[in-house]
Amino acid sequence: MTDLSNPPQSVLGPIGQPVKRREDARFLTGAGQYTDDVVMHGQTYAAFLRSPHAHARIKSIGLDAAKAAPGVVRIFTGQDLADAKVGGLPCGWLIHSKDGSPMKEPAHPVLAQGKVRHVGDQVAMVVAETLLQAKDAAELIEVEYEELPAVIDITQADGHAGSVHDDVPNNVCYDWGHGSKEAVDAAFATAAHVSTLDIVNNRLIPNAMEPRAANASYTRHDESYTLYVANQNPHVERLLMCAFVLGLPESKVRVIAPDVGGGFGSKIFLYAEETALVWASKHVGRPIKWTSDRSEAFLTDAHGRDHATKVELAMDAKGMFLALRVKTIANMGAYLSTFASSVPTILYATLLSGQYKTPAIYAEVKAVFTNTAPVDAYRGAGRPEATYVVERIVEQAARDLKMDPAVIRRQNFITEFPYASPVGLTYDTGDFNALLDRATEMADVAGFPARRAASEAKGKKRGMGYSCYIEACGLAPSNIAGALGARAGLFEAGEVRVHPTGTVTVFTGSHSHGQGHETTFAQIVAAKLGIPIENIEIVHGDTGRVPFGMGTYGSRSLSVGGTAIVKAVDKIIAKGKKIAAHLLEAADTDIEFENGVFKVAGTDKSVPFGSVSLTAYVPHNYPLDKLEPGLNENAFYDPTNFTYPSGTYICEVEVDPETGKVNIEQFVAVDDFGNIVNPMIVEGQVQGGIAQGLGQAMMEGCAYDPDSGQLLTGSYMDYAMPRASDIPNFRIGNNVTPCTHNPLGVKGCGEAGAIGSPPAYINALTDALGVREMAMPATVERVWRAANKAA
Amino acid sequence: MTVPISLTVNGKAVSVDVDPRTLLVQLLRENLQLTGTHVGCDTAQCGACTVHLNGRAVKACSMLAAQAQGGTITTIEGLAQNGTMHPMQEAFRECHGLQCGFCTPGMVMSAVQLLADHPKATEADIREGLDGNICRCTGYQNIVKSIQFCQSGAKASMAA
Repeated sequence: MTDLSNPPQSVLGPIGQPVKRREDARFLTGAGQYTDDVVMHGQTYAAFLRSPHAHARIKSIGLDAAKAAPGVVRIFTGQDLADAKVGGLPCGWLIHSKDGSPMKEPAHPVLAQGKVRHVGDQVAMVVAETLLQAKDAAELIEVEYEELPAVIDITQADGHAGSVHDDVPNNVCYDWGHGSKEAVDAAFATAAHVSTLDIVNNRLIPNAMEPRAANASYTRHDESYTLYVANQNPHVERLLMCAFVLGLPESKVRVIAPDVGGGFGSKIFLYAEETALVWASKHVGRPIKWTSDRSEAFLTDAHGRDHATKVELAMDAKGMFLALRVKTIANMGAYLSTFASSVPTILYATLLSGQYKTPAIYAEVKAVFTNTAPVDAYRGAGRPEATYVVERIVEQAARDLKMDPAVIRRQNFITEFPYASPVGLTYDTGDFNALLDRATEMADVAGFPARRAASEAKGKKRGMGYSCYIEACGLAPSNIAGALGARAGLFEAGEVRVHPTGTVTVFTGSHSHGQGHETTFAQIVAAKLGIPIENIEIVHGDTGRVPFGMGTYGSRSLSVGGTAIVKAVDKIIAKGKKIAAHLLEAADTDIEFENGVFKVAGTDKSVPFGSVSLTAYVPHNYPLDKLEPGLNENAFYDPTNFTYPSGTYICEVEVDPETGKVNIEQFVAVDDFGNIVNPMIVEGQVQGGIAQGLGQAMMEGCAYDPDSGQLLTGSYMDYAMPRASDIPNFRIGNNVTPCTHNPLGVKGCGEAGAIGSPPAYINALTDALGVREMAMPATVERVWRAANKAA
Repeated sequence: MTVPISLTVNGKAVSVDVDPRTLLVQLLRENLQLTGTHVGCDTAQCGACTVHLNGRAVKACSMLAAQAQGGTITTIEGLAQNGTMHPMQEAFRECHGLQCGFCTPGMVMSAVQLLADHPKATEADIREGLDGNICRCTGYQNIVKSIQFCQSGAKASMAA
């Protein structure tokens, strides 16, 4: 039922074709190599002893029995790392509070120093000959704890009697403001109508199917370290670990992220476990492997979302938006994870304009520490939270004013580009009316009243909900991000190595953990060089082979990483033209390159790509006086702007008020991702993203006991992951407005589904039930209660 | 203390001595280096470890290696015959039924069992039948499509 009838605008060779994935053969035959599959000579295994308490002082750690256990090689505690002056884990984004003060950055120790701050906090690392021996020995460690009051509820954290960190007594990391408070207050003073909602964006546990894993080794002969790790950005991992924690030269550390079984943000970050492994590998003198079990993953992977928000929308009498006021409390968890501080600020408040020309917007975000696992970027990272706020309040405004929800959106849509929003972004392109038109048609909105009547006739309740999202992808440019507090660059690097026979190896700083880069990136290079995809190898995920990279997150791989590759290919072609000019005895400027052939313009004189590459490496007939041999080019690409994918999603549900069961009757998604390189892969990304967003809306919710801070949803028996029978088929369409500032005209598609779908579902459900509010996850129980309260 | 285990795995007879508490999945991954079978959870929920034991799909994380004594096992590595992928493997490739690939071996092994048991399974039957396998990437739509493609007996295209 897919509709991709609107073709990409610059179809060139295999670009725009649903090329089957090149990586699939290995995954389908068991030949994939994930981190836990790697076993090294002399391998040892690590197990971490973790805190059973949400907040406690460590009074003593008794290691004698554990040290004497069979197979134990070494045991490390926080004291060992403190003695070795190992640093704490850094946060990569500095946010300043409204009063100008920098955010609070309490220490984030690799192993606990004196205190534990969430259930699962790592206290000691046991290294043993086998994994079972390491786990057995960890159970023999005797830790005496003095329990402390736990801070769990984010609305109570500021001013709680307990302090997660002694140096942050009020638990407030920062209290940030964005936009014009004065303009918003003035608009509210004159508004004909104000709609309000209290919104909770439920806390989620990422649950990539491959649990985190690491395997670190130290080589004495050159004093170097190698780390295999399930990670989305191995160069960033290496940079943070070397520069901020271990004080090692990057030249001595190689980080390899081999096949990685999903990330969704949770494998961006530098975690304590792999850091401890690298450091300890030198002391143990043998490779050390750790693989998270699922229970540890629930306790220690950085969680997502977890906002409490009050939103107010001011309008004139006709429903034109005048101003938006947002107040949010965001959970940081017990420690600042790698990019935690940027998620509810730079990646959130800047998106509060949505698709609308709201003239004034002001957001206040208070980030608090709690005795829970760290919270950081999770598929969408800030943008789903912003979209949920905007699309819920817009729907509510339509209901308050008794307007058609499509009409109120349409009359407020941004229609002229570029558009500078009041929260700091400049949208380069989009066509929001076209997206809404297409979705309205595909969802047969005109037929909805009849369908609703039919449902009512059989005692069911039917509702329809919209979500018109915009997101910002490809986080950039570096200098602006730097001015906003980023402590890292946000470019991407690529290298294109043409071999003498004309085959090509492409090295990219982007990392694929399900996105299919080995296929799409090869499609781009094949199209540009006019050579078969089979002649192109894509290498990623290895700091020892790839020159540099910032990795994969924020739907940036194609728009930023792909562009770096395009730039490197352009350099190859430029140099190839010079070689061809020499071979063809023509001027450089007269050489054209098309379909893999260099030719002299307006003549039949030509030389194929393979002859040029061979000449570059066998330079017998070659302009050695003015051109270096070889055909190998690097490029770094730093974008001039974000990209702005957008879309309209329409969800239609039918509720059985007797049982609370909700059936998704249809889900239509029409997206604008700019030009599309591989529509098959794009559809797959959208399907997976929507399923993840529906998981949040329907069933997923991380719960901690509000008093003890014990994780109540610590396994797949307790945390509801969407299964095949929970998720419907989606109907997917698209409309293309190419991105104006990258050569491929691409925008990014990895997160859209997870961003756009939760408000569509909840808007449909609240429409069906005739209620204002419905907390996510809208479990059967919650739906039943709402249905029977409203009835 | 160890116990001797003898099995037939992917058509080859194997004998190993293991710690009695060794799980079947550990024996496959660690003793036999058959790392295509994955471990995605510790509560027998995700199905990434699904293999066939004596012709039935089982979760290799929730049984001891010793319980498989004398049995015949097929893992994802043994599904392709003579270098040709099983029609279910072909179908997953054809229909983009996988992304990160981690759940995929278990998903394929379960899907093969599902169609063996229910050759005429409807879409709803297929979705119910996949209840023991979790995928986080695909949203299941293309997994269901893959199984239906295999069920229909359609041939995968030869396109790249």
